[in-house]
Amino acid sequence: MTALPSERLARLSWPRVVFVGLVVLFAVLTVPTLVDKHSWTGVTVTVAVTAILAYVYLTPKRIAARFLVPGTILLLAFQVYPIGYTIDTAFTNYGDGHRLSQSQAVAQIEADSVLEQPGAQRYELSVATKTADISGAFVFFLTDPNGKVERGDAAGLTPVPDSEVTKDQFTGKVITAAGWHILTGIQVNGLGQRLAAFEVPTGGGFIKSVGLSEAYVGQFTMKYDAAAKTMTDTRTGTVYKASDGEFKAVDGSGKTLPIGWKVGVGFKNFTSVLTNAAIRGPFLRVLVWTIAFAVLSVLSTFGLGLLLAVVMDHPRMRGRRLYSSLLLLPYAMPAFISTLVWASMYNKDFGLLNKLFGTHIDWLGSPWSARGSVLLTNLWLGFPYMFLVCAGLLQAVPQELKEVARVDGASPFRVFRSVTMPTVLIGAMPLLIASFGYNFNNFNVIRLLTDGAPYPSGSSTAGDTDILISYTYRLSFGGQGAQYGLASAISFLLFVLVGLISYAGFRQTRQLEEVYAR
Amino acid sequence: MVRYRPSLTTAAVAVVAAALSLTGCSSSSSKSAAGSSSSTSSASSPSASGSSAAAAASTASSSASAPPVRDPNTDLVIWADAQRAPVLQQFAQSFATANGISVSVQPVSTDLQSAYVTATAAGKGPDIVVGATDWIGNMVQNGAISPLPLTAAQKGAFETTALNAVTYNGQVYGIPYATENLALITNTGEAAANPATFEAMVANGQAAVKSGKASEALAMQIGQQGDPYTAQPLLGSAGGDIFGTKPDGSYDPSQVGVDNAGSKAFAAQLAKYGEKGQNVFKRSIDADNAVSLFTSGKTPYLISGPWSLEQIRKSGLKYAISPVPGFAGLGPAQPFVGVQAFYVSAKAKNTALAQEFTLNYLTRKDVEEALYKVDPRAPALTEAYNDVSKTDPDITAFQAAAAHGVVLPQIPAMSAVWGPLGIAEAAIVGGADPNTSMTNAANQIRAAIAKG
Repeated sequence: MTALPSERLARLSWPRVVFVGLVVLFAVLTVPTLVDKHSWTGVTVTVAVTAILAYVYLTPKRIAARFLVPGTILLLAFQVYPIGYTIDTAFTNYGDGHRLSQSQAVAQIEADSVLEQPGAQRYELSVATKTADISGAFVFFLTDPNGKVERGDAAGLTPVPDSEVTKDQFTGKVITAAGWHILTGIQVNGLGQRLAAFEVPTGGGFIKSVGLSEAYVGQFTMKYDAAAKTMTDTRTGTVYKASDGEFKAVDGSGKTLPIGWKVGVGFKNFTSVLTNAAIRGPFLRVLVWTIAFAVLSVLSTFGLGLLLAVVMDHPRMRGRRLYSSLLLLPYAMPAFISTLVWASMYNKDFGLLNKLFGTHIDWLGSPWSARGSVLLTNLWLGFPYMFLVCAGLLQAVPQELKEVARVDGASPFRVFRSVTMPTVLIGAMPLLIASFGYNFNNFNVIRLLTDGAPYPSGSSTAGDTDILISYTYRLSFGGQGAQYGLASAISFLLFVLVGLISYAGFRQTRQLEEVYAR
Repeated sequence: MVRYRPSLTTAAVAVVAAALSLTGCSSSSSKSAAGSSSSTSSASSPSASGSSAAAAASTASSSASAPPVRDPNTDLVIWADAQRAPVLQQFAQSFATANGISVSVQPVSTDLQSAYVTATAAGKGPDIVVGATDWIGNMVQNGAISPLPLTAAQKGAFETTALNAVTYNGQVYGIPYATENLALITNTGEAAANPATFEAMVANGQAAVKSGKASEALAMQIGQQGDPYTAQPLLGSAGGDIFGTKPDGSYDPSQVGVDNAGSKAFAAQLAKYGEKGQNVFKRSIDADNAVSLFTSGKTPYLISGPWSLEQIRKSGLKYAISPVPGFAGLGPAQPFVGVQAFYVSAKAKNTALAQEFTLNYLTRKDVEEALYKVDPRAPALTEAYNDVSKTDPDITAFQAAAAHGVVLPQIPAMSAVWGPLGIAEAAIVGGADPNTSMTNAANQIRAAIAKG
């Protein structure tokens, strides 16, 4: 049966039309900006996505795709692309000192090397054009300290007789010039990068503008030879050659220029994880503590949460609502605040805990007490969630089963172990694995509570309470500024590690479910 | 990232941590944020105070959710940290009115330096950024700021230390407007001000503790991670240094001095006054509680900078400011002298206006004096300083405390120092062996510098 076009249109429900309309509107608003920035990939992607969405939602077929396409697009944009980008970055030296491209770095080194010619005079500057607007070519009218006026352009300086100009009586700045329009300050500023790049050549240097109405004679102290790919310091004669993303002195002194650029470095970031003693040395110790921290956090929070849930579940329990809301308080408070408050409570001399108990425990100062403190705080932060989950799961335990067990003469503990626990575990297991993954990378609690401290003697890279993520964060961003390449490589390795552990965990759950299903 | 002043205020940590959680830990070290914000309102949150932490976290959520975006509607855009921005807006505004343009000063509360570097690389940065001079090395190596061609007369008008602090690789990169350094602040109700030596100060402090006036002899922030910025005056007194200098006076990253004889002499003093010794240096005193210990009268002596003055004045205590005393028989204390400065972006959209603003407006005496009035710190312009010091004895006292000061290093290698040196300091105070701790720290610093 074929539908008439009018019927087909009638079948289009208005939410779909509105949705496609919004998508098209978004594209219409975005594309001009992208074109403006010459971002052709962006344009292609936007147009393609819009076309796909419009096609899928406006044709009567493709019903399954209507549900799959938006999710797929979001998955690509927010999951696949970042992972791809991270992997891509892992093979570069991208980071502080290596953020620019090579041509940008060369230009910046040269620009940074401009020094004012020693003893040179400054000029009062007026910028002028032939037409009244600033789109065309412009020239400099320069008044030297003696009041002599010259016109400067890319070819050089031309003397201008005083009869052709009028000058400000105090500064000597040219106010009018016959045949030229003197630009206002805002117009001068509007020239932007064109003005910044404009140079009037003079003997041994060039005249550049500085600010709105002044010019100085500058000269490069760094010269780039594009053919030889070398940078020469004209003051000392030192030659620097481009290699591995930076300019290195060829005289073997090991000197490098401050600005480098981004290049691919192959597997260097990955191999440095394995070969660099500072990274590899503490790695195992940190890994063991990370796993211990994650496992103990999950077990302790789940244990306490379950215990409280069972207590609350007891039919003779009174004031259940009040207790439950009190128990949920830690969950309602932002974890950042709680963690910082905990950190100050642990203070040895001024903290609440030692004052309360009259003790002198150096909570965060010695390795084991610090680890215990971290776990204690994390328990406090995490148990309400587990309590919530368990309270819900306990409702799902079939009452008949419990009663049957009781009739059969099972003790309450036996009922709990053989009936309640398995049912709760099946529901909770995926959440426990998720909780493990979360705690495995629980950066905040470590960062805010101890920041890895205390540190064993001779190691400032890995503290006793550091977990992998806080440790790698310090490696990548602590020592020598931000090293995104290295950070990406380590993130990727962590991603693989957590993926493997989670995979093993989920397999385990499936087996568990099969066992209990029998 | 450069860890400027590792005074981890709870506020800064919360702010940064919030940002980290939202950006997947891609932002850079929180320490630099702590440093930058500490310059204005450091250590303002007393420990165990839920309310201040709550305030911190609320700013965290609001600022972290919105990464800085350049205001597109004005001619000149300036980025500054959240405390300074409102103050600067007034000045920028009077410049704007005079030139018939519009200007906006945007506050960036999370890690301004790295936000600036990242935004500039993407072409979305401001025209001008305001920050401490130890940012220079990193901003230069990322091609984020441009040299400023000051005339010889303009250069001569600045205090020498201020000018040195903005000079890097022979170029002037910023316009300094205020200098800051550590000094000893005394609660004159509890102990005598201006002790001649460190030993005399400790004796005074311990006497105050004995008589029940105070509970701590001295508040010098250390924390579990150490604090090399606050330790520097005493490190210098013992003859130690962090980097040696090249013939031209600039720091040489190949000469790490952390394990030289002077630095080890300092380490010995750390142990002597540490938790296993006289118990004057304590890891339990950190950036969060040092100032509040002082303002609550629990200690007669505090080593801190002009950023804590506001809090101290508010407390109503009678206080006096004097140089940090050196060890008896050793040299005078050598605090770091840091400078707050304005930088012009290498990718500024309004270079001409930005240069005009920094070179010809901010270098004026009346402007520097007006800046002082809203942010009371020693002006970097000599004439402005001379005027201001006539009416504000605190400024003079801080300046006097900087007499033997050394410039806070701008070289990027400095970021490799804060961590290892701080941890060594904390370990020694906690009872670790001074010599091996310093040797280990030096080796780690050298390794990190060689790798970078």
